[in-house]
Amino acid sequence: MSAAQLQQHVRAQRIGEVILAVEGVSLAFGGVQALRDVSFDVREHEVRAIIGPNGAGKSSMLNVLNGVYHPQKGTIRLRGREFHDMDPHEAAAMGIARTFQNIALFKGMTVLDNVVTGRNLKMRCSFLEQALWLGRAKREELEHRRAAEEVIDFLEIQHIRKTPVGRLPYGLQKRVELGRALAAEPTLLLLDEPMAGMNLEEKQDMCRFILDVNDHYGTTIVLIEHDMGVVMDISDRVIVLDYGSKIADGVPEAVRSDQAVIDAYLGVSH
Amino acid sequence: MNVAFFFEVLLGGLLAGVMYSLVAIGFVLIYKASGVFNFAQGAMVFFAALTFVSLVERGVNFWLALVVTLAVMVVLGIATEKVVLRPLVNQAPITLFMATIGLTFVLEGLSQLVWGSQPHGLELGIQDVPMEWLSRSAGINVSQFDIFAAFVAGMLVAVLALFFQYTRIGRALRAVADDHQAALAVGIPLKHIWAIVWAVAGFVALVAGLMWGARNGVQYALTFIALKALPVLILGGFESVLGAIIGGLIIGASEKLAEVFLPQMLNAPLSEFFGGAVNLQGIESWFAYVVALLFLLFRPQGLFGEKIIDRV
Amino acid sequence: MLYREAGQFRSSYAEDQQIFPIRQDRIGVALLLAVAFLVVPVVANQYWFAAILTPFLIFSLAALGLNILTGYAGQLSLGTAAFMAVGAFMAYNFELRFPNMPILASFALAGLCAAAVGIVFGLPSLRIKGFYLAVATLACQFFVLWMLQRFGWFTNYSSTGVITAGKIVILGYVFESAASKYLLTLAIVTALAIAAKNLMRSETGRAFMAVRDMDVAASVIGIPMMKTKLLAFAISSFYCGVAGALYAFCYLGTVEPEAFSLDLSFRILFMIIIGGVGSILGSFLGAAFITLLPIFLNLFFGWVSHLIGEEVQHAVLSNVEVIIFGGLIVFFLIVEPHGLARLWQIAKEKLRLWPFPH
Repeated sequence: MSAAQLQQHVRAQRIGEVILAVEGVSLAFGGVQALRDVSFDVREHEVRAIIGPNGAGKSSMLNVLNGVYHPQKGTIRLRGREFHDMDPHEAAAMGIARTFQNIALFKGMTVLDNVVTGRNLKMRCSFLEQALWLGRAKREELEHRRAAEEVIDFLEIQHIRKTPVGRLPYGLQKRVELGRALAAEPTLLLLDEPMAGMNLEEKQDMCRFILDVNDHYGTTIVLIEHDMGVVMDISDRVIVLDYGSKIADGVPEAVRSDQAVIDAYLGVSH
Repeated sequence: MNVAFFFEVLLGGLLAGVMYSLVAIGFVLIYKASGVFNFAQGAMVFFAALTFVSLVERGVNFWLALVVTLAVMVVLGIATEKVVLRPLVNQAPITLFMATIGLTFVLEGLSQLVWGSQPHGLELGIQDVPMEWLSRSAGINVSQFDIFAAFVAGMLVAVLALFFQYTRIGRALRAVADDHQAALAVGIPLKHIWAIVWAVAGFVALVAGLMWGARNGVQYALTFIALKALPVLILGGFESVLGAIIGGLIIGASEKLAEVFLPQMLNAPLSEFFGGAVNLQGIESWFAYVVALLFLLFRPQGLFGEKIIDRV
Repeated sequence: MLYREAGQFRSSYAEDQQIFPIRQDRIGVALLLAVAFLVVPVVANQYWFAAILTPFLIFSLAALGLNILTGYAGQLSLGTAAFMAVGAFMAYNFELRFPNMPILASFALAGLCAAAVGIVFGLPSLRIKGFYLAVATLACQFFVLWMLQRFGWFTNYSSTGVITAGKIVILGYVFESAASKYLLTLAIVTALAIAAKNLMRSETGRAFMAVRDMDVAASVIGIPMMKTKLLAFAISSFYCGVAGALYAFCYLGTVEPEAFSLDLSFRILFMIIIGGVGSILGSFLGAAFITLLPIFLNLFFGWVSHLIGEEVQHAVLSNVEVIIFGGLIVFFLIVEPHGLARLWQIAKEKLRLWPFPH
C-alpha cells in the first residue's frame, strides 16, 4: 500500500457508528426551494464534505444542522435524539460548533478572548462570583484560559494571542474562528468554506489543521468546500448537492467519476 | 363625553402632529441622502428661528431677514457637512449620531451666545385663534394658525416632491440615497450632493423654526421638539417623507388624545386603586415615546421602512 | 527607562490575568489610592471636596455604569439620569420608612430598584437594536421623571418636590463633614470599580462584548441573548442607581426630580465618549475631564476679564462651556474615537521607550 492509502486505511478503521442522520429535509424561503428532500448520514470521527455548484444549498444545509434555519419537512437525529426546531443555542449545547463563510469573530476582542468565548457553555459561575473574583470564579477563569491556550498552541497562533482580531489578515482570522469552535470541545464541527479566499500555502496549513483536529481530538467534521483537490485529499465521504437535491453520496473517487456530478458542474441543462 | 369636543381634540392633535412632521422631514432628508441621523436638526430649527427673529427685532425687513437667515442656514448646513461629517464618513452610524449630538450642543450654545437667551415672540400675521366659521357652525374650536401650519407643511412636501421628481439635482439626490457607490460610478459629485442636502435640510429647519416659533415663541425649549420628532420617525420610518407626515399625524393625535382624555378617565380609578391622589397630568412628556417603543416591539422597521435582515 | 517591563515575566496564567500586570502600574495605582485615601482628606479643603472630588467620584460611577451598558455591551442608552434618579429617591425612601436600616443597605437596595427598572426598560433591547434602542431609553428617561414628579409617594408628598437626604450614620459614626462624605464615596466607588473590572475580564464581560460586536454570532456559539442583555441593563442600572443615591446623600443633600434631566444623561454620555467607551479607566478620565472643565473655564474667563477689565457674564460662560463640550465630542470622535483612555495607552507605550524616540 502507498503512504496515502495506508493513511486512508488507518482513518477508515477509526470511523464509527452513525452519529448524525438527516432524513428528508426540505427547506424553502418564500418561493425559493433551498433544499429538496435531502437525506444522508455522518459517521463518528469521519470527515464529510458537502460540495456542489453555487446556489446548491450547501450553506443552507449547514444552517439547518445547527439550528439557524428550521426545515419545513424532515428530521435530524443527533446520536439518536431527534430534533427539528432547535435554536442555535441548543445546538451549541448539544456539542455542535461551527465556523462561518464570512467570519463571525468578535472584532473588538483579542484572539485569546475570542477563543475563550468558545467555552462559554462550560462556565458555571454566576456574575456575582465573577465580580468578587474569588476562589471558584478565579479557578474557573484560569482553567478555561488553559484550555483555550491549548487550542491556541495547537493552531500555532500564540504569537498573536493578544492582538485584536480586527487587525489580523483574513487567513489568520479564519484560523482563530476555527480555534473558537474547537475551544467548545465539540462532537460535531461544521466548517463553512474554511479555505475560501486563501492562497495555496494557507490552504495547506488549514488542511493540516483540519486533519489534525480529526486525528487528535477525534472530532467529526462536516465541511463545505469548493476546492476539489482539498475535498479529494481530506474527506472520507462526500455529498454532492445541486439545486437543493442530493445527486451523489460516497467516497471521493466514486463521486468524482459520477456522471451526474460531472454534468452538474459543467452546467449541462436539466 | 361631547363628540364635538372629541373631534376638536383630535383635530388639534392631528395639526400638532403636522408640526412635528415639519421637523421630522428635515431628519428624513439627511438620512435618506447620507445615512446620518442628524440629532442636531432640533438645534438647527432653534438656530434658524432665533436668527430670523433677532434680525427682525433689530429692524431688518421681514423678507430680507428671511433671505439672510436662509443663507445662514445653508452655510451652516454646508459647514456641518464639511467639518463634522466628512472626516467621519466611514465610521459606524452610531459614531455619526454621537457627532450630531455634539453638534447639537455647539449650535445651542452658539445660538444663545450670539443672540442671547431671552424668549422672543414671532409674528407671522396669522393669529392663534379659533376659526370663526368652524366654531359657530360645528362648535369645534380649531386654531387658524394650526390650519395655516398644515397648509405650509403640505406646500413644503409638495415642493420637495416636485424637486426630487423633476429636477436634475433631485434625481441625483435620489440616486445618492439609493446607492452611494453607484451614484459615484455614474459621475454624480457626492460631496456637492451632500452639501445640497444639508442646505435643503437647513431650509426645512427654517420653515419649521418659523412655524414653531410663531406658535410657541422662540425659546430654548424649542430644541426639545427635535426629540419629539424621534417617535414620529420611528413610526414613519427614517427614509420616507410621507412616513414622516403619517407618523406625525399618528403621534400628534394619540399624544393629544392621551393628554386630554386619559387623566379624565383614569385619575379616579387609579386613585382608588393606590389609595392616594393620582394625577395623570403631564402624560404627554412620555406618551409619544412609549407609543414608539411599543410600535418598535411589533414592527422594528416602522410603517414604511424595510425589514432589516441580519446575515451571518 | 522608568516604565520598562524588562525582567517582569509572567509565568502563570494567574499572573497574566491580573488587573495590573506591569509592576510600575501596580505601584502607580497603589500610590494613587494611598494619596486618595490618606493624604487628600488631610490636605484638601471644603471647596475641593464639595465641588470637585466628590462629584468627580459620583460621576465616575455613573459613567462606569453607562460604559458597562453602552461601551461593553453595545446597548446605547440615553436614560442614565433616570436610573440615577431611581437610586436617589429609593434610597431616600428606604432611609425614611425603615429608620433602622443601615445606610449601606439602603444604597444597595436603591441600586437593586434601579436595576429592576433597568431590566424592564431593557426588555425592548431583545428586539430593537442600536439607535432605535436609544429612543426606547428616552421613553424610560421621560417616564421615570414623570413618575417621580406625579406620584407624591416618592418625594414623601413634599409640596415642592424637593427631598432632603437624611444623615449618614454607619456603626454610630456620623458622616457629616465633607471630608468624611468624600471618603465614604471613595470607598464605595473603589469597591464597585474593582467589581466592574473583575466582571469585565470574566465571562460576563466577554459575553457583553460578543453581543456588542456581533450578537447573531454570539447567540450561535451559545451565549444567551436575553440573559446577557438584561444582565447588562441590570448591572449598569445598579451602578447608576448607587451613583444617584450618593449624588443625593453625599453631594447635593437636597434633590428634586428635575435634577436628573435628559441633560444629565447626555453629560454622562459625553463622559464616556471623551473618556473612552469600553474602558473602565476611560469612565474616570471622562468624568474628571467634564467635572474639571467648567472650573478651568471659570478660571480662564476670570483671567480674561482681569485682562480686559470687564466682567464676563455668566451667560457667556455657560454658553461657551456648552460649545466647548459639543466641540470636544466632535473632535474626539474624529481624532480619537477611543477617547482619553486610548491616548493614555499611547502615552504609556511611548513611556516604555522613553527616552528613546522609537
